[in-house]
Amino acid sequence: MENSKKFLLTLTMASLMLVGCASTETEDEAQNGADSSYTYSDTMGGSNAQGGDEMEIDEPTVVLKTVFYFDFDEATLSVQARQDLNAQIQALRNTKGVIRLEGNTDERGTREYNMALGERRAQVVADYMVMNGIPRYRIETVSYGEERRADYGSSESSHAKNRRVELK
Amino acid sequence: MFALVMLISQLSAAADLTIEINRGNDDPLPIAIVPFSWQAGFTVPEDIARIVERDLHRSGQFAPIPREDMISRPDSSREVYYGDWKSLGVDYILVGKLGLNGSNGLSASYELMDVNTQRVIFTATDIASFSKARYLAHTISDRIYEKLTNIRGAFRTELLYVSSTRDTDKPRFRLIKSDIDGANEVVLLDQNQPIMSPTWSPEGKRIAYVSFETTRPAIYLHNLETGQREQLTNYPGLNGSPTFSPDGRKLAMVLSKDGSPDIYVMDLASRQLDRLTDHFAIDTEPAWLGDGKSIVFTSDRGGKPQIYSVALDGQQLQRLTFEGDYNARARVLPDDLGLILVHRNQGDYHIAIYDTKRRKMEVLTTTSLDESPSVAPNATMLLYATSYRGKGILAAVSVDGGVTYRLPSQYGDVREPAWSPFLD
Repeated sequence: MENSKKFLLTLTMASLMLVGCASTETEDEAQNGADSSYTYSDTMGGSNAQGGDEMEIDEPTVVLKTVFYFDFDEATLSVQARQDLNAQIQALRNTKGVIRLEGNTDERGTREYNMALGERRAQVVADYMVMNGIPRYRIETVSYGEERRADYGSSESSHAKNRRVELK
Repeated sequence: MFALVMLISQLSAAADLTIEINRGNDDPLPIAIVPFSWQAGFTVPEDIARIVERDLHRSGQFAPIPREDMISRPDSSREVYYGDWKSLGVDYILVGKLGLNGSNGLSASYELMDVNTQRVIFTATDIASFSKARYLAHTISDRIYEKLTNIRGAFRTELLYVSSTRDTDKPRFRLIKSDIDGANEVVLLDQNQPIMSPTWSPEGKRIAYVSFETTRPAIYLHNLETGQREQLTNYPGLNGSPTFSPDGRKLAMVLSKDGSPDIYVMDLASRQLDRLTDHFAIDTEPAWLGDGKSIVFTSDRGGKPQIYSVALDGQQLQRLTFEGDYNARARVLPDDLGLILVHRNQGDYHIAIYDTKRRKMEVLTTTSLDESPSVAPNATMLLYATSYRGKGILAAVSVDGGVTYRLPSQYGDVREPAWSPFLD
């Protein structure tokens, strides 16, 4: 599933809302980093500088997250998820095509209820993208509930890796 | 508590599930299942008496004595010396003979005796084709069970469950049907996309489930006799939790096509869809009440998941559970005996029985991460999914909580057991 999706896009730094760079990764996310993050380098020579948001000029590349994590039994965006999404949204504005958002949960609780919770999470991310200028018609959401776990451990850190929305 | 840890490698080599009995009833009936005799000249494909013994043992209500303790192996009541069996502490004895029935048939003639009154209390002859020798054994189990407990036996029932591997690059999901003891498994579906929520129609000839084979969840109807399958829904969002009405004509389900997950009922003949709930919260996991006029479901409209009921016309909505902050995926016991559901208690998920009239919750399981309870058609036992040594396994518990057994899989994780209706 993750194949063929790794692409590079160098973003001109002026175009980047810096929030995504303010490195506050937790240990979980650091462990996940290898398979859940894509590096973008801007091949479009983007110059769509955004006003109003915090900027930073001298970051050469930025690692864009494609997995956004949630708290237990929650479908609200954490500060970290919001920052990761802001950076991603900037990049997505320069692309076309379908954005597939896959909502997932940890193993706790019943399977069909978790399907609904996974859908809620995917929709929260979709709504946030639409609010920030991504056209609704580009976004497709699907829930996998707890059917496709990223980590089969039963510790809290395993659970945390499973409560996620993946951008495909 | 009568504790008995016993591993029964019950199945032929190909079978996926095995059965491990953890705990029996407090006071199981001691019974001797004497190996059946047969005429020279033909080979019996299965050890019929052994299958009967394991069936009765698994119910938790019987304690079959080991064969090696038997002093004699009579095959008719005339050869029984009651004193021998009395000294072994046995209350009942089953003896029998196997014979041929036509060219392709196996017959079993058997007698059940009460050691204390020294009388034959039941005799019968059953027949089956050679290829159905296990079914013949389960038939005997059903008759003995009913004779001694006054409850209809459920040994000729079947099981649906989902198995999966953990290979994240090449995931594999299978929908499997087997006899209720795990034997005779048949793979109904084998694919690299998830399969969920298998469920039986009331007559046992059709099943429904959710498959992601189109990369999105959709509900499928599958005829077990013809093998024909049909995609019933393809709505945006959730297509889940299918469950047949008691008359088999309708399918309740959850769809989120109108915004949030709500309960819908589809008429299977006309395919007409009626919306039953309309709320921005999560409504899911419908189950029919026995009269087919109302549905119970899980909703978090009160903030946390709880069980509600609603009539088919969308009226008479009421909340049923109040104890604890997580009650979900209810299944309805026959005769208004209450609900079996998933109940969270101090962070652990257990199977509980909920008496809706007295509003009393009783937790049945001591395992954790328990889910997907499915009740036997005679309402004595239920199967559920749990986690054991880090693997997804199936387990059983009696509705009174006294009897438990496990059905671990030899391969991968197993989950979502669905106990068939009576099939005999």
